[in-house]
Amino acid sequence: MKNTGIKLLENGRRLDGRSPKDMRSIKIIPNPIKNAGGSAYMEWGKNKVVAAVYGPSEALPRHTANPDKAVIKCRYMMAPFSSEEGHGRVGMNRRAIEISKVTAEVFENVVILDQFPGTEINIYVEVLQSDGGTRAAGITCAAVAMALSGIPMKDLPYAISVGKVGEDIILDLDKIEDNYSDADMPVAILPRTDSVALLQMDGTMSKTQFDTAMQMVLDAGKIISKLQKDALMSQYTEQGKKYG
Amino acid sequence: MRTLTKEYMMERISKGIRNEKRKPMDYRNIKLEVGLIPNAEGSAQATIGNTKVLAGIKIDLSEPMTDTPEDGNLTTSAELLPMASENYDIGPPTPEGVEFARVVDRGIRHGNVLDTSKLFIEEGKVWSIFMDLYVLNYDGNIFDAGTLALMAALATSKIPKYEDGKVVRENMKRLETSNIVTSCTFAKVIDSLLVDPDGAEEELMKARLTITNGKELIYAMQKGLGGVFMQKEIDSLIDAAFDKSKELRNIVQKSTGD
Repeated sequence: MKNTGIKLLENGRRLDGRSPKDMRSIKIIPNPIKNAGGSAYMEWGKNKVVAAVYGPSEALPRHTANPDKAVIKCRYMMAPFSSEEGHGRVGMNRRAIEISKVTAEVFENVVILDQFPGTEINIYVEVLQSDGGTRAAGITCAAVAMALSGIPMKDLPYAISVGKVGEDIILDLDKIEDNYSDADMPVAILPRTDSVALLQMDGTMSKTQFDTAMQMVLDAGKIISKLQKDALMSQYTEQGKKYG
Repeated sequence: MRTLTKEYMMERISKGIRNEKRKPMDYRNIKLEVGLIPNAEGSAQATIGNTKVLAGIKIDLSEPMTDTPEDGNLTTSAELLPMASENYDIGPPTPEGVEFARVVDRGIRHGNVLDTSKLFIEEGKVWSIFMDLYVLNYDGNIFDAGTLALMAALATSKIPKYEDGKVVRENMKRLETSNIVTSCTFAKVIDSLLVDPDGAEEELMKARLTITNGKELIYAMQKGLGGVFMQKEIDSLIDAAFDKSKELRNIVQKSTGD
């Protein structure tokens, strides 16, 4: 938003050398948290995120239970030591409450909830190190964790953010780009139908730019989806080896 | 809502019929009143159908944020008052309340309604604008009512003076605003898209999309709830938002006397 003289895009290259359409490297490790029903650890550029899924278990407190279906509860939180700046404020701030809410909503749409009436499914997303795009990383990572927990899902969602620098659309904003870009738009997609499960935007954008941005998300999604599936596959080939 | 009522309403909505003969892209009646709270620097109440949201503005002296030493601060909070609905409870802000405040905040902030650099006083001293949203009665679509109320409150707000180390609240000047933004909220009920959902329609909706825009640009978007939108649906809603916002902008301009 603020013009601080930082050139985010020069000669088609971004500060870290990426072109506008490049995303950062992604690594997903399945099931690092053994106590959880399913979990995943993800490195997305400099972001380091762990997601774990517990449940379905009895919904507590009881008034939160729904007799028709499971309820999804999510807690997204950034560790106080996660940012490049000083000690972060500990606890659930307003940003974390909102991200927790929209993350849970993504999964409400894909998890087959009516198989588990009266229960709750807990998604925990802990951001250990942050460098922009943590909610997207959290959702992408939680999707793998959810699948690994064996809870039936209609689709495997992924998320990524797009943004705008000047009049150029850029994919997968890091922290500096997030701070100084002209628009930031995290999107979550259900890839079987390419439907939009999360959409937030702030900044300035025209409709044409929105469409360009969406196309970039869908193109990148093919790569992200594959990495998610590879992570799931690797878990089962590991298990296969163990039991011969 | 009873299952029977629900099914009846869903059937009607799928045929394009809404209560009070509203068409899918019609707003309910909108009333926007400014200056209801003379003690506040700015205030406005937006009424959309039975939904009532009051916005109040207070401007205080404060320290700048460390990362923006030459800018004033904007803070938006919302209260979903227990009196406003059976479904609102006493207690700390709920995720719904936090989302509401943050979505309205983003639209105003990124819509460049206020130039925060003009809120700078001297080194270490800036104005903080506290924007509080009070939901007094809930009947759906608090987002658009909140943005309307806040926009009108800001456009008619005054700003105190800083004289000899003191905040003076007499003979205050008008607070400068440089843009008008409005938001349009759409509900998806089965496959029907409706603008300005009322309370009953919000109970039926699977997904919600709020688009905040000015004359030419979108400033904020927020999808809510567990349902999904297809890209072509979002495209059509962006067009609808630009179309509907003409009406809303007129209402803001009329209420503020511009």
